[in-house]
Amino acid sequence: MNDQSAPSAAAPGDARMHVRAIHQSKGHGILMRIMVLTMRHPWQVAITVVSTIIACGLQLWMPVLLGQAVDHAEGVINGGAGAADALWTTAMIMLVVSVGRGIFTMWQNYFGEAVGHFTAYELRLAVYEKIQRLSFSYHDKVHTGDLITVGMLDLEGVRMFFATGVLRVVLLGILIGVGAYMMLSTDLWLGVLALAFVPFVAWRSSVMHITLRLTWMKLQDLLQVVSRVMEENLGGIRVVRAFAAQDHELEKFDKASDAALELAHKRVDFRVVNTAVTNLSFFISMGLVLWVGGEKVASGVMSVGTLATFLTFMTILQMPVRQLGLLVNSFSRAATCGQRLFAFLDQEVEIADRPQAKPLNVTKGTLRFENVGFAYPSAPDRQVLQGVSFEARRGQTIGLVGAPGSGKSTIAHLIPRFYDVTAGAVTIDGQNVADVSLDSLRKHVAVVQQDSFLFTTNIENNIAYGDPWAKETRIARSAESAQLHNYIMGLPTGYQTVVGERGVSLSGGQRQRLNIARSLMLHPAVMVFDDSTAAVDAGTEQRIRSAMKRFSRDRVTMIISHRLSSLMHADQILFIENGQVIERGTHAELLELGGRYRELYDLQVRPSDDQMEAAQ
Amino acid sequence: MTNVALDTEDEDTEDRRRRPPRAVVGSSLDKEEEVFGKAYDPRIVRRIWAFVKPYQSRIYLSVAAVLVFTLTQLAIPLLVRYAIDHGMHTDGSGRTVLLTVMIGFFAVVIVNYGASWIQEVVVGKAAENVLFDMRRAMFANLQRVSLGWMDKTEVGRLMSRLMGDVNSMQEFLETSVLSVGDIILLFGIIGVLLWLDPMLGAITMATMPVLFIVRLFWLPPAKKSFMDAHHTNSSANGALAEGINGVRTVQSLDRQKVNFDLYEEKARANLRAHLRAAKFAQVMVPIVDTLTGISMATVIVLGGQMVLGRQLDVGVMVAFLFYIQRFFDPIRSLTMQYSVFQRAMSSGSRIIEVLDVPVDIKDKPDAVALTPDMDGSVEFKDVTFGYRKGQPVLRNVSFRVNPGETVALVGPTGSGKSSCMSLVHRFYDVWDGSVTVGGHDVRDLTQDSLGAEVAMVLQEPFLFTGTVLENIRYHKVNASREQVVDAAKAVGAHEFIMSLAEGYDTKIEQRGGNLSLGQRQLISFARALVADAKILVLDEATANIDSYTEMLIQRALKRLLEGRTGLVIAHRLATIRGADRIIVLQNGELLETGNHDQLMKLGGLYSKLYTMNYASFDDLPDDAIGVGASVGKAT
Repeated sequence: MNDQSAPSAAAPGDARMHVRAIHQSKGHGILMRIMVLTMRHPWQVAITVVSTIIACGLQLWMPVLLGQAVDHAEGVINGGAGAADALWTTAMIMLVVSVGRGIFTMWQNYFGEAVGHFTAYELRLAVYEKIQRLSFSYHDKVHTGDLITVGMLDLEGVRMFFATGVLRVVLLGILIGVGAYMMLSTDLWLGVLALAFVPFVAWRSSVMHITLRLTWMKLQDLLQVVSRVMEENLGGIRVVRAFAAQDHELEKFDKASDAALELAHKRVDFRVVNTAVTNLSFFISMGLVLWVGGEKVASGVMSVGTLATFLTFMTILQMPVRQLGLLVNSFSRAATCGQRLFAFLDQEVEIADRPQAKPLNVTKGTLRFENVGFAYPSAPDRQVLQGVSFEARRGQTIGLVGAPGSGKSTIAHLIPRFYDVTAGAVTIDGQNVADVSLDSLRKHVAVVQQDSFLFTTNIENNIAYGDPWAKETRIARSAESAQLHNYIMGLPTGYQTVVGERGVSLSGGQRQRLNIARSLMLHPAVMVFDDSTAAVDAGTEQRIRSAMKRFSRDRVTMIISHRLSSLMHADQILFIENGQVIERGTHAELLELGGRYRELYDLQVRPSDDQMEAAQ
Repeated sequence: MTNVALDTEDEDTEDRRRRPPRAVVGSSLDKEEEVFGKAYDPRIVRRIWAFVKPYQSRIYLSVAAVLVFTLTQLAIPLLVRYAIDHGMHTDGSGRTVLLTVMIGFFAVVIVNYGASWIQEVVVGKAAENVLFDMRRAMFANLQRVSLGWMDKTEVGRLMSRLMGDVNSMQEFLETSVLSVGDIILLFGIIGVLLWLDPMLGAITMATMPVLFIVRLFWLPPAKKSFMDAHHTNSSANGALAEGINGVRTVQSLDRQKVNFDLYEEKARANLRAHLRAAKFAQVMVPIVDTLTGISMATVIVLGGQMVLGRQLDVGVMVAFLFYIQRFFDPIRSLTMQYSVFQRAMSSGSRIIEVLDVPVDIKDKPDAVALTPDMDGSVEFKDVTFGYRKGQPVLRNVSFRVNPGETVALVGPTGSGKSSCMSLVHRFYDVWDGSVTVGGHDVRDLTQDSLGAEVAMVLQEPFLFTGTVLENIRYHKVNASREQVVDAAKAVGAHEFIMSLAEGYDTKIEQRGGNLSLGQRQLISFARALVADAKILVLDEATANIDSYTEMLIQRALKRLLEGRTGLVIAHRLATIRGADRIIVLQNGELLETGNHDQLMKLGGLYSKLYTMNYASFDDLPDDAIGVGASVGKAT
């Protein structure tokens, strides 16, 4: 038992091979598929099964040896002569059998568990890989909590299947089958009595384990409610205090808590009734064996040793029979967990490279929207964009304005192909974005989102997220341009300060600036700022803009904002309403036009009360 | 500074690939909490006992049941022995004895059944009750502790106390009763074997201390390997969760490949740790089996010869063989329970920490209730206040808001506006000076009545899980539906609420995720309107809202302030100009006061800010107001 069984040194190629193998196992039934994946480790499986068989055999030998020993001691067999020698022999065999059973049980358990962990490792990789590959539209509709359940709990259910399910079938099959045969062939009626508890306990414990698992899940849901009540309360503690609502909050807590407690009590009742009753049935069986066996011993048709063998068989069988419930539960758990896990892994990736996809070749750096129409896959009847056309050349800035929900962000999401257009085309230098390879496209298109994710790591790693090999000097320069450098240097640990969920929390404006710094690390042909300065004050924004002048010379820049001052300088401004471009031109042209843009401008720059009324 | 990171001088790809990436997946922070404490800490046990005490009669009952249960377990091999030795004579003389023994046997079995049932049900339920009581006590204390403490403490951290640590007490409570049973069983077996045959018993049990010693050496490294497996699990799962939550950023920055390789490392570390833990767990199996084998062989050889020599009844030998099979169970579980105890002590100390957070702000014994007929004035008299010793956030601030007047508080970030707001509500106590509401010092009032008469609207509108209706009447749970609808209409929220799938009964997703910021703002306005307090304290949102919603909000604000005393932390020009009076704060001091025209004439900070034409007065560049960077947070 050494580390040879663990996969050898870092070999990412192997890791990708595992992922492929898991995808190739598609097409089998759920449990069969788990077995196919398990059998990718044939040696470990073989060792496990062989060890199990040997361990069971040795275990079954023990009651026989005990019986023999008792009979030798009573002098039943050799009439006393040589009994001492016989005792010695039996004792030595017993010792060897016992040691052997220990060693083989160890191998059985270790390798059984190892096989599960290997499979879990491979499945983990496949889940992670899939999560990263599934397109936005999938992540839009699936709750993150559900994905976490798949990746953690469902994976566990599948992992346990070999050790607690399949292997137990072998184990119990041998123990109960051979044990029953040995007892029944020794004495039919006594054997029947000794086994009488088996079906009852098997049934009760199956029902119990399945029910306990189901109520456990229900209990987790109820506890989730309790935890949500508390989390909201603590997160919104100022509101609670402001409205002096502590009593109301405690009431809410009690309601949730009492519901969970009630179910917890029910579970205890259910569990205990079942374990107590299985104990009872076992002891009754044992009592009957003792009684009937005792009568037989008394009438001389059976030796005390044989009776001892029967009783020992029963104690040996007691544990595995109770575990029948675990076995049944393991199958049912693996079936439900496996179903969810494989359904997730087999999910079609909507946005993927087309078969003949070539890398994007940027020459002039021209972005074009040609009559683009779009509807989200979840609501195909609702047109989000209609007939959107424009062209932007390298060095140009294009501004998008419009009310929330008018479709501005959607335009931004179509360029890196987070979604596919439903009509028309988006092209870069004449190449349809849908025809080029995804990784090359996304290398050339950067979208700075309104609220993008901060990873729990230091600021340096966060800024270099898109270019992890960048030098420190470049990271610092990006932060400078994003007007974040001074703030970072003011922190005690500077660029090494950990931010994110478990680190220092940044304000909305600081997060957005970090985000901008992050995108300045890239060299995209198209750069989109999707309302990415909403929480940055106007003055700082002005300075970011001037710092970026040189940066924008070599690419198309698209700015989406509510704040007109952010995009007044653009070479072309598009006013979007209901998914259509209703006005376009430079700032001056649009003011001249006196349309919707003009209205918005008047409202924003110096709104007086009567103007607001008028605009209404 | 204008030098943009567009350079290519360090883009030597050969060099780049040789460097490891600056990248991690999952949290790189290892703030794991101490899992094991001392096995027994009288202070902690005493505190836990306080929660167990209400159920003490049940605990005694279950301990008694454990005792009975263990005794019946011990009795069964003895009964078998008696049946063999006295009930199975081949001459038939033992028939009645066998019958008696069998009646005894079934009686014992029934008692065993009852005892096991009582023991588990009683202890199981009592343990659940204790857990829920503990959690409630912690939660109730958190409702009273000072906001200063809450500000310093992460919600996630508290949640792990309230859920994780409390749950780990369950194991402790259940096993502490079970370990009583194990100890009885251990000594019971020792006693019975010595009683049956002192010499054979002593020799057979010689293996027992061996196991004890082996376990002692085995436990520390084994425990470490189990903990490692646990840690690598949470680390891999953390990375997975991060991958899910940050998937959009990962895809837009094309980090999939780097992340996959990093994740593979974590998954592999997890695999390794689990294999190691499995080794440690399984290596005990052959050791125990070998010791069992030795004891069995001893009984067979020595006991067998004694039986041959008629020095020992054969039934005793059978009983020995039965006991040996159960021999090591109590030792195994007792050593495992040792870890459970250690875990419980460290969880327990964290639970006590939460229970013992002092409540600084309490009602005075003679506190009076603020009544709705008070005049509605708010006054700050020479208020000095701060969050950290020696760093006052407000210095000698004095002003009065007359009944019915709307006063706007204006100033750059860190000027102390939000602190003023918190003080009106007595979230904190002033260091010096006083804050009076309706003519009473807030320290002389009951907190409940203060909460009822002073409505507050926070900058970040916080919505609770529940329906829109429940959120609007959060403050007045018994407000009628009509009142809620009227309030929503008054603030202009009715229209969009009706456009939601189920109108006022629409469930609000976590923290109002299905509503826009502006919509949440309007709901929190409606909530304040339903509260119908004489005084309104409001912190305006700074975030950019689209112009149309902005207009709705402005009108709602007007409606909300009608006939009320208003203290508004204002960011927007429109709000500021609409106020009766403006107070300008800077660095915790009151700088200027007056209405818009007066302040413009004054030509101070206000007029400077105003003429600079920023849409918001917040987050101004430092050079615009001519002060040093203010990093402090004051929310």
